[in-house]
Order: sequence, then structure tokens, then C-alpha cells
Amino acid sequence: MRLTAGTRLAAATTAAALTFGLAACSGDDSSDGPVSLTFWTWAPEMEAVVDIWNEQNPDIQVTVNKQDGGDAAVTKLLTAIKAGSGAPDLMQAEYQAIPTMVSSDALADISDVLADDVAGHFPEGVWNAVTLGSDAVYAVPQDSGPMQFYYRADVFAELGLEVPTTWDEYADVAAQVRAADPSKYLGTFSATDAGWFTGLAQQAGASWWSIDGDSWEVSVDDEPTLRVAEYWGGLVEEGVIDNKPMYTPEWNAALNDGSQIGWLSAVWAPGVLAGNAPDTAGLWEMAPMPQWDADEPATGNWGGSATAVTTQSEHPEEAAEFVTWLNTSPEGVEALADISGIYPADSAGQEALGDSPEFFSNQEDFYEIAAQTASTAGSFTYGPNVNVAYSAYNDQFGKAAEARSKADFVAAVETMQETTRSNLVDSGFSVAD
Amino acid sequence: MPTSPSPAPVRRRRAQRGLAGAPWMFLGPAITLFTLFMALPIGYAAYLSLRTVKVSGLGLGSGARTEVWAGLENYGRALADSEFLASVGRVGLYGLVLVPTMIVLALLFALLLDSRGARATGFSRISIFLPYAVPAVISSLLWGFLYLPAVSPFYYVFEQLGWDAPTLLSSRWILFAIANIALWGGVGFNMIVIYTALKAIPTDIYEAARIDGATERMIALRIKVPIVLPSLIMTFVFSMIATLQVFAEPVTLRPLTNTISTTWSPLMKVYRDAFTRDDIYSAAATSIIIAAATFILSFGFLRLVQNRAFNQEK
Repeated sequence: MRLTAGTRLAAATTAAALTFGLAACSGDDSSDGPVSLTFWTWAPEMEAVVDIWNEQNPDIQVTVNKQDGGDAAVTKLLTAIKAGSGAPDLMQAEYQAIPTMVSSDALADISDVLADDVAGHFPEGVWNAVTLGSDAVYAVPQDSGPMQFYYRADVFAELGLEVPTTWDEYADVAAQVRAADPSKYLGTFSATDAGWFTGLAQQAGASWWSIDGDSWEVSVDDEPTLRVAEYWGGLVEEGVIDNKPMYTPEWNAALNDGSQIGWLSAVWAPGVLAGNAPDTAGLWEMAPMPQWDADEPATGNWGGSATAVTTQSEHPEEAAEFVTWLNTSPEGVEALADISGIYPADSAGQEALGDSPEFFSNQEDFYEIAAQTASTAGSFTYGPNVNVAYSAYNDQFGKAAEARSKADFVAAVETMQETTRSNLVDSGFSVAD
Repeated sequence: MPTSPSPAPVRRRRAQRGLAGAPWMFLGPAITLFTLFMALPIGYAAYLSLRTVKVSGLGLGSGARTEVWAGLENYGRALADSEFLASVGRVGLYGLVLVPTMIVLALLFALLLDSRGARATGFSRISIFLPYAVPAVISSLLWGFLYLPAVSPFYYVFEQLGWDAPTLLSSRWILFAIANIALWGGVGFNMIVIYTALKAIPTDIYEAARIDGATERMIALRIKVPIVLPSLIMTFVFSMIATLQVFAEPVTLRPLTNTISTTWSPLMKVYRDAFTRDDIYSAAATSIIIAAATFILSFGFLRLVQNRAFNQEK
């Protein structure tokens, strides 16, 4: 083939450009220039938190890439992992999504590059969620959502009700509320919020998945979960607790006009209440969860996330360094809490929180109770098919709540167990009998 | 005779060749778009439906997942799945409620607009058609608010009057609640299709009928309805397909109630499998089954009514 002068020139230029480009690329890797990391997160104002780090660490520059939210970010990350490129170095990951991401080989095991004292910063239950009960470490806890009982203090005083400290008392108070004013409910059983029910089961001592050697074990239908389901089924059957889902316009209206006077929620509740029930500012108070065993206080988690390093990151060490600073250093944790407004997972950081949220300005010991309850969260391991269990929860408990039948609540747990387990078996996971 | 061909035939042949290429040029964009956005995705879905992912051990870390051939396994599982069959039954019932109501209402509105005494037809036509322009998600949200007793003005009025209103989002009424949204959005479109067919009928037929002593009602039933029958059949087939694919309305209403499961309609099951269970392979198999069923139903129905409906056009 004969090339014209023009073509030859073009080819030479292209070749030169390619060589130069490649040299520039490889030079980037080996030189001592600053390492740049990308960080997918949906926490508000995270850019400002990261700026503090960037100022102090000119060698490791982190860029925040804002995400829509937990589920959307997971789908995006898994696509990038499948494609082989495009994943960030750092990823905010909700606890229940970690096993799914690890199962798709999206998160790096950073146990080798993480300092040994990191684990000591977190309650055991929270730490367990990022190790999946193994020796690996797939993320460092960022924020957590310990559950508490939120109630309308003014209505409680008006109706002469005592704040329940045990589940028996909770059932009594629920009945008293109905007797005193049939337009009011102490709470509702929401079949659309699987994370909420998971938190209640966790408080009772459940852990739906576990790793036994080389096999997964599924134990949704263990005694604690059955106990919780039976208890709530009883309340719904008696009619002392509402059976409508949370987060509907109807529920928002009920919170705002005082027909729902209690909410079993997590530490982020003030933000939700401020948005959904603005007329009730200063009327709510928070107390620890009602207990199964008053001598051994426990709670569950609803929500919360960790910061992970992805398998596509070329700088896992630097990434781990940033993650450690963000989630365990006093400075990083304080910035998370003050600027980003999240409830840190770091125990010391929780104790350092001072002023109550504005919506709860009437309650001075808000963060004191929060920190105290956070340390009592039970240990809960999530499995690689949390979504399957959660959609089974929606379907089965939806039916049971609609039927207002205690027996159906118990049956729902058993169906959840069956669906979750057989899904693992069908996919080829090794599952213990 | 000279051996070389004269210039004239050459020119003609060139012109012919140009003509032969012209249809392809016109078809080109349509074929390209169809291939890229219809045929290829459908082919890919068919391919995916024959594949599956097998996990080994704990399924953690790299190399734990491999994509393998599954044969017809995905199809077998979809057809044996009781949730899928239940969703098909539910949608069948939903269609029985929705489609006839929709066609009857659309025909009624079209006939009324076309009748001699009709007033303000332009305004009425637009008002009936307008809901069709509202996306299903938006209309479902709006209706969702109206269905919730605590925030619905309807329930408020009922309460003031001391009447008992049915809880529309309960398991007993949910089918009708969803059908109502689809009806509200769909009647206008079908009405326009039928109305356009009515407008195309030459008016001298009516004159003849009136001279013969036919009343307006008789003209409607004996003349207009038989002539627009092909349009009725078309709207029927469209409504049937839309019914089989109902998705946006139940998905939008789902967070408001306990009565809509994640597999309420066949497409919701596809969605759950693909995006909640992360199993695009069985989702692809179910989609292919739904597409095949839609195809068979539509063409089966058209065959069934073809002779009767399109006779007069032959």
C-alpha cells in the first residue's frame, strides 16, 4: 500500500500523539505527584467535609461525586464493575447493601491496609456489618441509625400516659390510647418498611444471615423474629395498632394532626418529623426503645452506611487512609456530624454531640440518650440477597397486615425464610441445612 | 450496427438503478432505528433469557459468579411460578373490568359529540382527551391522594354527609381503583379514534336514514356503530395490550397500601426480578413470555373478528 505524503504525515502525528499520551499516563502512575481519589456519596454537604481533608493532604486529593441515593448508587456501581471501568475509588454503602456488593466483587477487602485500632471505634454490632462476621473488612462505618421511641409528650401528658419501657407496657399504652381517644393510634405496623422491621427483629436478638465456614445460613424464622412478628400481629389483630404503611401522605397528615402520637424510629427521626409534621415542633420527645428484657437493654438499627474502597481503585492504601480519617478521627467525625448532619457511627463522636436537633430543642438529653442506646445495638449480619428478603417482607406482611391476623404474621416470617433461603440455593450459593 | 451501445439506454439504466435505490434510502432511517432500538434489544433479551449466573461457595469476592447457559430453565421456572400465574389471573380480571368499560364509554362520548344536538363539542372533546396527556405516574399520584381517606376531599364530603365511603385501597376494591386510573387516562384517546371515524362518514347516509324515518338513536345504533366497527376493534386491541402491560399505576400506588404486592402485574414481576433480585436472566424470560402472549392474543383476536369487521371493505 502506498501512502500519500499527507496520510503519512497524519499517521506519524497520530503515532507520536499516542506515544506521548501513553508516556504521560504511565508517568502519572509512577511519579510522586498527588493521588486523586473519587468518592461516590449522597451525604449532604460532603464536599465541605472533604475540603478539610484536601487542605491538609495535598498528596491525596479526594473529589466528591454526588449520588442520588443508596439503591441508585449501588445499581450504578455494579454496572461499572461489570463494565470493568468507571467505578470510583470510594463508595458510600448502606449496611444492608454491602454483602450484595461484595458478592459482585465490587468492594475491596481493606483489612491489610487498615490500622488495627479502627475496629475499636465502633460498637460490635456495627463493626460486624462491615466484616460480615469474617476476617475481611469491606468498609468502615460512617453513620448509624440506632432506633428509639419517639412520642408526642404533650398528648401523653394530656391523656395521662406513661412512657412504655417494655413491650408489655407498650401494648398496654397502645390500648389506653385507643380507649381514651378512638381517633388516635400509638403507632402503626408498616409492611412497606422492611428496614424498620429488621431493626425491631435485631433488637430482639435476630440475625437473619450468618456465615458458617463455607456456607451461608439463613435464619429469618428464628425465635426472636417469630416473637416480634407474633407480638405485632397480636397488636394489629386487636386493633390497638394501625396497619397502614408509613411514609404515605395519610401517615404524614396523621403525624401532623396528632392522630399518630408515637413512632418507633431511628436517630434521624427529627429530620423526617420536621419535614412531615412541621406543626408539631417542640411537642415530641425521644426515649429508649421499649425492651423485651428490661435488665438487658437493646436496640436495633434502621438505616446507616459505611465508606468502602472499590476493587477498581488503584490506590487502596491512600483510600483507606482517607476513610479512617473521615470516620474515626475526631476532626473528621465532627465535620460529618456538624456539616453533613449525619449521626456518626464512631462511639466517641456520638458522645461528643452537644445541642439537640432544632425540632427537639425541648429535650436537652437527646444525644445523650442516642449515644447510650447506640451502644446497645445487637449484632446483625446481612446476606447477599437482602433485597429478596425485603420484597418477600413487603408481600407477605402486606397481606398479613391487611388481614389483621396474628397467625398470618407468623406465617409471613416462615414464607420469608423459605423465599430467602431457596433464592440462595437456586443461585448456587452454598447454604447450610 | 455499431457494437458499442448507444448512450441513451445507458442513461436510462442508470436512472433505473437510481430508482431502485430510492426505496432503501427512504426506508433506511426507519430500518436503522428499528434495528438499533427494537430488534437488537429484543434479540439481546432473547439471548439473556437462555443464560443464568451460577454462584459458587459463599459468593464473596472475585470469580464467585459465572454466567452460563441455562437452556429453557428460566422459561420453565417462570411458567411454574405461582406468583407469575397469580399476576396473570389478576390482570385478566382487571382487563375484564377495564377494557369493555373503556370501549363503551369511549363510544358513548364519541356518539354524543357526533350527535346533531351536541353543543360545545370542541371544549368537551378537549376535556375528555386531556387526561390522556397526563403521564400515568402523575395521574396515579393524584388519584392516590384522592383514594386516601385522611387527605381526600371526596372522603371529607362523604363524611360531612354522613355516608359510608368504601376504602378504595383495600383488597376488595383495589382492582377497581387501579382500573379507574387507567380508564380516566385512556377513554379520551379511544374516543378520539372513534370520533375521527365517525366524522369520515358521509352525511348523505344520515339524510337518507332520516327520510326513511330513522330516529337519532337508530342512526347511532344501526348506521354509525357498524361503520366504525373497525375503529372499535382497533381500540379494543390497543386497550388489551395496554392492560397486559399495566405497570405504572400499581407501582405508584404500591407504597400507599398493603394490598399491592411486588408481583401484582406480570410486568411488575419482571421489574422485581431484574432490579430487586438482580436476576435479569429470568426477567428476560418472563418478558419474552409476556411479549409472545400479547402477540398471540392480539393477532388471534384480529383473525377472529376479521371477516365480520372488515367485510364491507372488500
